[in-house]
Amino acid sequence: MSGLRAIAWALAVCVPLLLGAGLIGGVALAGPQPDEVLDDPALEARARALSADLRCLVCRNESIDESNADLARDMRLLVRERLLEGDSDAQVLAFVVDRYGEFVLLRPTTEGANMILWISAPAMLLLALISAGVYLRRREAAPDIGPDELSKEERARLDSLLRDEG
Amino acid sequence: MIIEIGHFALILAFAVALAQSLVPLVGAHKGWSDWMAVARPMASAQFFLIAVSFMALTWAFVTSDFSVRLVVSNSHTAKPLIYKISGVWGNHEGSMLLWVLILTLFGACAAWFGANLPATLQARVLAVQSSITAAFMAFTIFTSNPFERMAFPPFDGRDLNPLLQDPALALHPPFLYLGYVGLSMAFSFAVAALIEGRVDAAWGRWVRPWTLAAWVFLTIGIALGSWWAYYELGWGGFWFWDPVENASLMPWLFAAALLHSAIVVEKREALKSWTILLAILAFGFSLIGTFIVRSGLLTSVHAFAMDPERGVFILFILAFFMGGALTLFAARANVMEAKGVFSTVSRESALVINNVLLAVSSFVVFVGTMWPLIAEMLFDRVLSVGPPFFNTAFTPFMVALAMVLPIGAMLPWKRGNLGRAVRPLVGLAAFAVAMGALVWAMQTGGSVLVPVGVALGLWVVLGAGADLWSRTGRGAVAGRLGRLGRLPRADWGKAVAHSGMGVAVFAVAALVGWETEDIRVVHDGESWRHGAYELTLQDVQRVQGPNFTSTMAFVDFVRDDGVTGQVRPEKRIYPAAGMPTTQVGLRYGLTHDLYVVMGDPQDGGGWAIRTHIKPFANWLWFGCALMALGGLLSLSDRRYRVAAGAAKAGGKGPRDAVPAE
Repeated sequence: MSGLRAIAWALAVCVPLLLGAGLIGGVALAGPQPDEVLDDPALEARARALSADLRCLVCRNESIDESNADLARDMRLLVRERLLEGDSDAQVLAFVVDRYGEFVLLRPTTEGANMILWISAPAMLLLALISAGVYLRRREAAPDIGPDELSKEERARLDSLLRDEG
Repeated sequence: MIIEIGHFALILAFAVALAQSLVPLVGAHKGWSDWMAVARPMASAQFFLIAVSFMALTWAFVTSDFSVRLVVSNSHTAKPLIYKISGVWGNHEGSMLLWVLILTLFGACAAWFGANLPATLQARVLAVQSSITAAFMAFTIFTSNPFERMAFPPFDGRDLNPLLQDPALALHPPFLYLGYVGLSMAFSFAVAALIEGRVDAAWGRWVRPWTLAAWVFLTIGIALGSWWAYYELGWGGFWFWDPVENASLMPWLFAAALLHSAIVVEKREALKSWTILLAILAFGFSLIGTFIVRSGLLTSVHAFAMDPERGVFILFILAFFMGGALTLFAARANVMEAKGVFSTVSRESALVINNVLLAVSSFVVFVGTMWPLIAEMLFDRVLSVGPPFFNTAFTPFMVALAMVLPIGAMLPWKRGNLGRAVRPLVGLAAFAVAMGALVWAMQTGGSVLVPVGVALGLWVVLGAGADLWSRTGRGAVAGRLGRLGRLPRADWGKAVAHSGMGVAVFAVAALVGWETEDIRVVHDGESWRHGAYELTLQDVQRVQGPNFTSTMAFVDFVRDDGVTGQVRPEKRIYPAAGMPTTQVGLRYGLTHDLYVVMGDPQDGGGWAIRTHIKPFANWLWFGCALMALGGLLSLSDRRYRVAAGAAKAGGKGPRDAVPAE
């Protein structure tokens, strides 16, 4: 079980360290307004999909597709404007990121350190599966020592209980 | 005066908790039975003191005592009584008192129903539980005193956040806390076992009901929150991957893993140290959740007001209990040697896979939730991790879980034969895939989401049925049907909970994949069409509520099959809180909900109206209810009742008989 112990040590040290700093937020509700909707349904569908991936900068964890903040509306209009200009989805995102920074992307990029984030899920799964596999192999090979022997006190208690019953 | 009694009871309970976290521990170490025995009356005393304290605060809310600061900032005389009561926990300070109340309730339950535990183990469990309680009591008393008075009481209060004035959200926090705090029992048992240096099948049997109860409460709490988000927030989502939601999902996943791995400890005496670690992590993630919600560290729709001082305090609690427990684990884990031997193809292995998937998926949620923080601190990058990431990274785990579940659930213990276990399932799998293919062929658009959801959901539900059927043995169908009713409740619980998971998988896929939406400006008397519905905006009126004014739209609808009715979406303004909310016009249905949202009045006249069709939304809450019901059925199984019965008999029997000898 040295693997588990190592994990325990690592967590004991890391978890408290990982937690510490602050951010800000506002409140908002609702989504795109009727006058924003594009006439071309295909283009509108792309606009909606893109909007769902873009964060409303003044809201708490909302995409611009869900927010009724003025800024979110401006961003929705911007996205549609770029689409009407003929930009590809990637170009639209690049344009928005250029203006507002990486913070707007709800789907983080895979650049640089973000690779750690994206790889973490398959990597952790692989690690867990290997550990589980090793454990299972060892369980299969272990000698069957049967149920636990009773300790002295338990033996004494059992005896006294049996005496009472008898 | 009543307020001061409440405050005093809280402080007194804190003193008792401090004593209870030390005395029984020393007693258990030295073998002094009177020092150990003191834990039980102390646990009861704590509960009754906090109950007095909680009732005092409730009294202040019900009578609108505006000399109490908390009542001023969270209540109003015009508010309906139910929300005056739910206002007690609709804020940071009061919810901490509820949290402490539930901690002491669980501690008292361990004292009342734990008579069949070995004396040292019970003393240690109660001491550990009490130390957690003491930490949170200190937090409440020193940073979040709910009983603080005002020097100059105002005439009326500032009202509760209107979003919280809702029946589902009135019940959401108590259930969630029962879940979070219920996991503290598993934690206390784990730490006590580590101190004791002994984990056996009996330990697994004691831990499991607590974990099961906590998981059931968490399931109900999360489902209530999700349902509330669906009908209240106005865009019809049910899960937003918000940090606060993730904070409740992580312990839920760990609790699910724990209650499965505890079965292996109970039945096979294997996976012991892993189960201990899971118990520690499950409560650890409850604490992390508390920290996320109350420190305001990660911004969120429904976090309480942020306060760095409180955040630091919770961080210390978290560091102390997690650091302590994990260090203890690292030092003592090797004491617990596994006993059961099993082959790679066995129920044990299947439960290991279950644990791998649940635990890793929970860690994925954790990494995603924390990544913005890590990236900012270490790489100086300000970025977001939102639903697109979580949907991509998390969903595969649930798909894999649903795929292996029916097979794993039917594998025999110790040594199985994959071919034999799979044989009764092959037909069901083929049927599920065929139905998925049928749905794919029938739908327009070509998204694979719903077909996959249909196939997986059917596979899990049918698999649960096959599992139950296989338990009835062989012979004539009539005899097997008869035996079905006499199966242990645990078997039924397992089948019901698993099919609940299948129903939920299907519902999520259908809801996400088949939802349709329409946005438009509508004038009075105008009609529009969406899906099978012909809708007409009859009228828009001002309506006066008890503590709000509402602009209400009356929308008549006619469905193609002749069903008619009316939905009334609203925009409300709560003057005391100075906050607007939307009320969705919702018509629930078996196969779909009609969901109408009213937007702003438009410059050229008319109103912005959004119309959604939400397919199979009800099935999601139904699936969650099935999961919770399955947990309850398992909890009511005979072997736990027998254990409780033995405890009562044991109290009167041998224990009293010993001095008579």
